[in-house]
Amino acid sequence: MKNLLIKVGLFIIALCLSTAISAKTIEVCKNCEINTVKKAVELAERGDVIIVKKGLYQEIEIFVDKPLIIIGEPGAILDGQMLSEIIVIRSDSVTLDGLEFHNVGTSNLRDYAAVRVRGSRYFTIKNLIIRQPFFGIYLEKSSYGKVYNNQIYGNAVSEFYAGNGIHLWYAHYIEIFNNTIYQVRDGIYLEFSNNCTIGNNVSKNNVRYGLHFMFSNNDIVRNDRYENNGAGIAIMFSKDMEASDNYFMDNWGSAVYGMLLKEVYDAKIINNVFLRNTAGIFVEGCSRILYEYNDFESNGWAIYSRGANYENNFTNNNFISNSFDIAYTGPLNKNVFNGNYWSDYNGYDLDKDDIGDIPYKPVKLFSNLVNRSPEAIILLRSIFVDLVEFAEKVSPTITPNILQDETPRMRMITHDRN
Amino acid sequence: MFKIFKYSFYDLMRSRWNYVYLLFYLALGLVLLFVSTSLSKAILTLMNIIILLVPLIGTVFGIMYYYSSKEFTELLLALPLKRSSIFLGQYFGVAISLSLSLVIGLGIPFVIYGIFQSADIWHFGQLLILGTFLSFIFSGISYNIALHNENRIKGFGFAILAWLFMAVIYDGIFMIALVMLHEYPLEKFSLIFSIFNPIDLSRIMMLLKLDISAMLGYTGALFKMFFGNYLGSTIAMLILALWTITPVFILKWRSAKKDF
Repeated sequence: MKNLLIKVGLFIIALCLSTAISAKTIEVCKNCEINTVKKAVELAERGDVIIVKKGLYQEIEIFVDKPLIIIGEPGAILDGQMLSEIIVIRSDSVTLDGLEFHNVGTSNLRDYAAVRVRGSRYFTIKNLIIRQPFFGIYLEKSSYGKVYNNQIYGNAVSEFYAGNGIHLWYAHYIEIFNNTIYQVRDGIYLEFSNNCTIGNNVSKNNVRYGLHFMFSNNDIVRNDRYENNGAGIAIMFSKDMEASDNYFMDNWGSAVYGMLLKEVYDAKIINNVFLRNTAGIFVEGCSRILYEYNDFESNGWAIYSRGANYENNFTNNNFISNSFDIAYTGPLNKNVFNGNYWSDYNGYDLDKDDIGDIPYKPVKLFSNLVNRSPEAIILLRSIFVDLVEFAEKVSPTITPNILQDETPRMRMITHDRN
Repeated sequence: MFKIFKYSFYDLMRSRWNYVYLLFYLALGLVLLFVSTSLSKAILTLMNIIILLVPLIGTVFGIMYYYSSKEFTELLLALPLKRSSIFLGQYFGVAISLSLSLVIGLGIPFVIYGIFQSADIWHFGQLLILGTFLSFIFSGISYNIALHNENRIKGFGFAILAWLFMAVIYDGIFMIALVMLHEYPLEKFSLIFSIFNPIDLSRIMMLLKLDISAMLGYTGALFKMFFGNYLGSTIAMLILALWTITPVFILKWRSAKKDF
């Protein structure tokens, strides 16, 4: 009996091995017998490897409905000829690696993508280069996938005729790492997508946002870099989010922000750098957000807080040389601004505990007036406003008493950055 | 008139204060370019200084020159010369020497820095044009005030008050009006209000050209639309020209009628 069991066990192992070994490799090249990727996918069986040799393949609508590994050698280009989508994955456990995609079709009715993953799990999409995408990588109702080391270069000019770099719709547990995305509508877009991890990406020159969350919860963004977008990260109608160790630079223009938060609850924004943005963070209708260890430097506004923000905590941040540190509308609503460093603070510290003895009021008179009548911004940089600011420095009593930092730091906080 | 202008001009060119003024701008330009990281930022800081200092120095120089050359003026009046040519000659002498100090003083450091290779050349050019306009406008106003007041202290006081009004008080009133009327749509109002003050007009025209205009938001967009099109910029230039010409005409008219 025992012998039989061993025999059966060995047989099963052998069977497994044999299927593993039987996974064959199919090569695709321009002069081979199999000269299209589509044909290779049709011929392949579950678990096969397709290697696409260097060359230009003008193909659209390649449907992958079985677990395959498709590897492109350098210079293997799939050209959509501006007609339609290129690869559609409809099976679990598909890997795409190293292919280059050109000229995805554009449409006002359908969201064509270079790679679409539909209703699949455990996929890996890596080392792709996508040029002239409409949408780059589009994940719909798919989970547990990895998207990394991809490069997406768009040529979007206006919001209405462009798609997103990496687009997630009802896609959960996705890891998006080390991607570079230039000049599309939204660099990375997540809608109804929970528990995703996003990190080490660079998202630049996008027409709308670098990264955009809609109705997505429990997502994490780390070590990303957002430059020159309509807004670095926009988070809307989402909760339990975390953004840490990101760089937001040069997101400059009218209605342009480093970070745009609208209706966000229970988020953490930690250890980020906001440099030269029109507004570092624009926040509206958000509650219980922790802003800690961030650097706000040389922004127009560091924080632009519109109404309906409750119980937010700003602490241990550095505010350095911003035109306005904070613009604030409405009552205080239990928002706390204690323990930050403000470069404009000129109080004293008699007991030498590195905490200023008099509170700092970051909302200046002019900033407050601008909030009440926005047209007053036209007096920016006028002698009158400079005089008012000087007067505030000499006699802080004229600064409006909206909010204050009870324990302003005397010295800049050195954050732990690597 | 040209002879008088030439005389005043050379007289001022040799004066110590003019050199101080020139050297100040030279130093300012050099230090700014040394300290600031970008040309655009240097121009922004420069604009802040120019809208403060150029009108002030125009005012003070104008009034000082009138009073200090008063005896010489009276001597000239005794000669068979046209009155308008005496006063206008002196006025242009002051205005042009001030403008030259500004243009040369700031021009040299920026040319050394390589403004011609930079895209900011137009912004810098506009800044110098606006500075020249402001020099002309404010020395014109102060010359009129001096002509009107025999008493030096009084004249000086009025001239400084005129500068203070244009530079500070006007904006203060503007701000109060904006706050009081904040329930009404104020874009057009603020456009009209700011266009009639040469200092505000210069500042806004300059701001709209620089990166910082992004901070002006919706109001800024409206201003940009106005100044961006042909009509708006023509109106702006016309108003500056009007501010320059009006004091000259008043000067001409008053000097002809005045009993010395």
